[in-house]
Amino acid sequence: MSTVAIPVGARPARNPWVMLGKGFLMALLVSAGVLVLYPLIWMALGGFKSNSQIFSDPFALPNRWSFDNYVAAWNLGVRNFLFSSLLVTIVSTITTVFISAWTAYGLTRTKMFGKPVIVGFVLGGMMLSPTVALVPLVQMMQSLGLYNTHWALIILYTAFRVPFTTFLIRAYMLDLPRDLDEAAMIDGASEGQIFRKVMLPLCRSIIVSCIILHILFAWNEYLFAMIFTNQIDVQTLPVGLTSLMAKHGTNYAEVFAAMTISALPIVLIFFFTQRYFIRGLTEGIGK
Amino acid sequence: MKMGSATATSHNSAVKGGAAFDRRAWARHSLLQQLAALRWGIAALIIVGWFVYYPIIDNFFVSTTNQDIFTGEVNAVGLDNYRRLLDDQVVWLALRNNGLYAVFSVIFQVFAAFVLAAIIEGLRNRTWRNFWRAVYFIPSAISTTVTGLLFYFIYQPDIGLLDAFLHLVGLQNLSYTWLGDERTAIYAIIAMSQWQGFGYSTLLFTIAIQKIPRELYDAATIDGAGAIRQLFSITFPLTREMTGMMIIVTIAGAFQVFNEVMVMTGGGPNNSSQVLGTWLYEQGFNQNDMGYAAAIGVVIFVATLITGLLQLWYTKRRRVEV
Repeated sequence: MSTVAIPVGARPARNPWVMLGKGFLMALLVSAGVLVLYPLIWMALGGFKSNSQIFSDPFALPNRWSFDNYVAAWNLGVRNFLFSSLLVTIVSTITTVFISAWTAYGLTRTKMFGKPVIVGFVLGGMMLSPTVALVPLVQMMQSLGLYNTHWALIILYTAFRVPFTTFLIRAYMLDLPRDLDEAAMIDGASEGQIFRKVMLPLCRSIIVSCIILHILFAWNEYLFAMIFTNQIDVQTLPVGLTSLMAKHGTNYAEVFAAMTISALPIVLIFFFTQRYFIRGLTEGIGK
Repeated sequence: MKMGSATATSHNSAVKGGAAFDRRAWARHSLLQQLAALRWGIAALIIVGWFVYYPIIDNFFVSTTNQDIFTGEVNAVGLDNYRRLLDDQVVWLALRNNGLYAVFSVIFQVFAAFVLAAIIEGLRNRTWRNFWRAVYFIPSAISTTVTGLLFYFIYQPDIGLLDAFLHLVGLQNLSYTWLGDERTAIYAIIAMSQWQGFGYSTLLFTIAIQKIPRELYDAATIDGAGAIRQLFSITFPLTREMTGMMIIVTIAGAFQVFNEVMVMTGGGPNNSSQVLGTWLYEQGFNQNDMGYAAAIGVVIFVATLITGLLQLWYTKRRRVEV
């Protein structure tokens, strides 16, 4: 029989309609892929082109490959924006993940007073939108003297992401068996020791997911960054880009270079940490 | 060695506790312990309470005042700002635009994304499945400022990529000022948003589809059910939970849109692409009318509250069913 010769997993697709259907679906996948990637490639290549070539020859490859526009963008402020973005992202990631893990431990492993209320309060914060808090927050940040500082962003990124991050870590801790921390307790370890030496190592994978999701959020956040910072040495990349655009918008090539510099790190992080990234996303919506 | 000493201490305390057992002392001790355990919650309570809950509650109070940010004068005006809301044409326009956002996002980021996910999961080669999933996700990882600016350039008349493409295929008479026209601006922004967001939900759907037991498909194939039949009889019903959740999350997102509109048009031309978020910004930070901006904030709050409660209800119901 002819089926014997067909490798495992491949079914005979002799029917021309089936072949046509498969061809159509593949074409759909490929064209969606082109639609997604082409604008991004156009942007990155635009950073190599001269301004006049972008206008005259939008589809062509750059005439010469030089990093001049990237260097120019770097010196126009992208250096400062990148530094601010790094600082705000790193510090707020540490504070958010630490506070969240700490809280999640208390909410799953201690006999905390009023626990159900606290769970509701902290996780309920997930539903609240930053836009609604904007007007009072401006007055608050001004009276705290935090307006136009990195601290304003660090505090707000932490406050608005602790609920979601706690939610993820708490769900993970609830699923962990209690044998290990009970054993440690019998051995006389204090709660602090159990948290540091038993729970944190056990939760490593969800914590990595939370770190990556927070980096994605903080690196890309625009609303707070736009409202609370207005100087080149405090602005993060997303808001810095729009001010760069306002000042040098006629120089497409340099703006393209700046946009590419801003997008590249996060795309790389996504590619190298996909596994954790996807776990975080699915836990977030699937639980 | 270490184990031995630890067991000894726990023995000790057990003996002590047994000797001096007193119900009231024990209850007091237990309450003290419960209160002491609050130290685990205090950091989150303070930061979330202070910077998330307090401003959102304060927003209600601000919405009943008119504030002059230059003189610092605050006047209570009761519900005046809400009366203004009802008469404000732009608020209704913004609500309509948020609604349009929701409709298009549900079509593309839920239903189209579902179909795409089903196609991807139908591929036999695992590497290709991961490849397409990752490719479609890339725009979601990038800041809306970058994608917004990128599409601002793409939509530029004559010199932008879209018009260049239309010229290339001989459709130059379709060439248009996409963002500069009151009729098309919001649609151009929504289109960008779909481009950016569909990969995110495609990814989530592929994971939901992976959880369906393979045997169901094998059985269906043996029974002679074709691919389309399998899609409607197996894949769709068994990912219904995820679909329901995605619809709610997508609608909630549509009422909080801000970045892309701000970056691409700032709500213009002539306020035609305003959404609630950008109109709040315009009123509060360009017109310095904080009281009115706060009232717009309350509208957004109500929208997010409704979708949030829907989500909660949906999750609860699902728990009961399972």
